[in-house]
Amino acid sequence: MLQSTEVFRAKPPLPPRLVTPVVQVRASEPSASQDEARPCIVASHLSAFFGQTAAVKDVSISIPQNAVTAIIGPSGCGKSTLLRCFNRMHETVPHARVEGSVEILGSPIYGDDTSPIAVRRHVGMVFQRPTPFPTMSIRANVAAGLRVDSKSHAMRGTTSEIVEEALQRAGLWAEVKDQLDESAMALSGGQQQRLCIARALATRPRVILLDEPTASLDPLSSQKVEELVYELRKTVTVVIVTHNMQQAARVSDGTAFLLMGELIEFASTRELFTAPKDPRTESYITGRFG
Amino acid sequence: MTNARSRHLVSGAMIGLTYLAAALATLPLLFILFHLLVKGASSISLAFFTHMPRPVGEPGGGMANAIVGTLILIGIASAIGLPIGIGAGLHLAEKKTTPLAHTARFLADVLNGLPSIVMGIFAWEVLVRPIGHFSALAGGVALGAMMIPLVTRTTEEMLLVVPTSLREAALALGYPKWRTSISVVLRTALAGIVTGALVAVARIAGETAPLLFTALGNQFWSTSFREPIAALPLQIFTYATNAYDELHRLAWAGALVLISIVLVISLAARFVTRSRFGAPVD
Repeated sequence: MLQSTEVFRAKPPLPPRLVTPVVQVRASEPSASQDEARPCIVASHLSAFFGQTAAVKDVSISIPQNAVTAIIGPSGCGKSTLLRCFNRMHETVPHARVEGSVEILGSPIYGDDTSPIAVRRHVGMVFQRPTPFPTMSIRANVAAGLRVDSKSHAMRGTTSEIVEEALQRAGLWAEVKDQLDESAMALSGGQQQRLCIARALATRPRVILLDEPTASLDPLSSQKVEELVYELRKTVTVVIVTHNMQQAARVSDGTAFLLMGELIEFASTRELFTAPKDPRTESYITGRFG
Repeated sequence: MTNARSRHLVSGAMIGLTYLAAALATLPLLFILFHLLVKGASSISLAFFTHMPRPVGEPGGGMANAIVGTLILIGIASAIGLPIGIGAGLHLAEKKTTPLAHTARFLADVLNGLPSIVMGIFAWEVLVRPIGHFSALAGGVALGAMMIPLVTRTTEEMLLVVPTSLREAALALGYPKWRTSISVVLRTALAGIVTGALVAVARIAGETAPLLFTALGNQFWSTSFREPIAALPLQIFTYATNAYDELHRLAWAGALVLISIVLVISLAARFVTRSRFGAPVD
């Protein structure tokens, strides 16, 4: 059982030499810039339904720009559903619907004249299990998003430049640069997941949503993804759903705690884990349920 | 101890039974192939492929018209059956629960079980009677109608095997829905769909009943869609029910050629299934 103050001291499940200073510093020094950060995603009275069942209930939250925000909570609390409301993926499920509003960088994404396709081009998403396209090469996988968005493509140079840049940002370039035309399925799970991050980055999204990106990865691959998330926040807004509280503590600036579809508490990560205001948050992070 | 021993015995016996069943499953095809080779191989020569049938008593003669006729019939049937079948399969996989999908799925299953001679009657009613004569087109339509339900169901099954996570990944990249269906879902399932299509082609290549009163058969050379056309299964049927040994030998040779065509198509299906990267679809 974790005590609230132990969360930060808890070692990642790795030999110490593999833990880069970056993650350790992060764990003890929360970002000072969070207060002055401008909001990126603003949800107000957001509810999401599957048929008659509400998975997310009346959530209002303001997620800061160029920071990492973690969403934690027990299984079935609506974390993933909330995340999927931010790029209009929730509505792709039959009988699913959304109430309330979400603004991203000032634009309402559920506006009448806003197409979900345009939203998704600016908000990247990475899923729990790696999803490389099996019929495409590594290069084609990274470029997949560009093919349907010719405008951004033309503005930013050749495909190979964009592919290299995206793979560099995803920390995968050195590992795959000699096998760009081979199948993406030949990569390891961790590499596939970073490939999916590269694919999401290639279209230069302003926001990237990560839905338990390390859930199916081994500890070493998980750490690489975590380091990557930490790097990404310099240039994009990251929202990460995670089951792993240590992970939330390591990589995020702010943490939101969800329970039964309701937003219980949203605060800076340090505050939420060391001095939670709500007794339910405290119960959860100290391991009394979930 | 006795418990472990008896379990080993039962396990061994069951494994033995599965070996036996697998061996029995391959037996009919091996038997047919062996028989065809013994009876038919001697009559196969270049002339069999290039010459027309000759009157009884005259030596030599081939089945050039029937081989070409079968290929034409396969062509017409594929032109009808593949686009409709694949399109319908795509609809069933994408719009799983619409009333149209439920109806089409049910009817495809019924149609799959329909005796092929009924399909021939249908084509006769629609294309032979109103026009007034038998034709290659009517035969092709009958075979094409047989292909539709086969292709529809295999296409649907192959598309449903594509994981939802891939669809979602494409949608999340900003792919429009139609583009997701075509460049990701259909593309991922393509090898399986092509296999299904080739299996359907192989299935109809040997059909005789739907051709009896549609394509009819033809002793002469014809490639016209509007005229009766020769086909291997029909020619085999005609020769095999004849009294002359010479024609019996030609019928065996025709059967050997027909089964070779089907075998080649099946092998092509196996070859296509190996995806570009040789990696199985997860």
